[in-house]
Amino acid sequence: MLHTVNKSPFEHRALETCLKFARQGSAVLLIEDGVYAAAKDTAVSRQVQEALKTVSIYALKPDVEARGMQNRVMDGVRLVDYGGFVDLVAEHNAVQSWL
Amino acid sequence: MTEGNAGVAKKFLYVNRRAPYGSIYALESLEVVLIGAAFEQDVSLAFLGDGVYQLTKGQDTKGLEVKNFSPTFRALEDYDVTKLYVEKEALEARGLRAADLVVPVEVVGAERMAEIMEAQDVILSF
Repeated sequence: MLHTVNKSPFEHRALETCLKFARQGSAVLLIEDGVYAAAKDTAVSRQVQEALKTVSIYALKPDVEARGMQNRVMDGVRLVDYGGFVDLVAEHNAVQSWL
Repeated sequence: MTEGNAGVAKKFLYVNRRAPYGSIYALESLEVVLIGAAFEQDVSLAFLGDGVYQLTKGQDTKGLEVKNFSPTFRALEDYDVTKLYVEKEALEARGLRAADLVVPVEVVGAERMAEIMEAQDVILSF
């Protein structure tokens, strides 16, 4: 399963809920305001680090760059471009969007 | 103002609580601030919660193909809009410092921010 999260983790519960239901080995792609969850040294970074032990976490690079977060992405979160987004969709049996 | 309450500047506060690009709120707020500034009112901007993300350095929107409006905050000074207040707790929760922002701001705690809000005539929320 590929999960996508497009909401800021500081203003919404979408990421928290997603991580609660994401099973081991699944992938989480952060897009739009969801990419703020990829930043290190924040109030939610510990939660994301914990999730990295069981799921793969990606962030969409154009969204990261637009928000000026490119130098703040925590270790373990992988950046993908639009082509990488398509690859993730193709690799997984289904996509769940946490809106 | 040329008629009615001529010469009476009101205190306007624009409250920004949204991150840029994920919605249109941040850009629309900035547009309204610039329009309002032309009327020579006493303008302040507050950035709360995710609103602090509007001011982060290093925004590069080429990949998104939308306008990067963060440099526009640097032009506000030319319109005598210099009172920018940023919520201290919001910055800290996001791992940011004042030096990470594109313009000089006053970082204030919740109590001081509440006082600033209390002192306004008009408050517009985005």
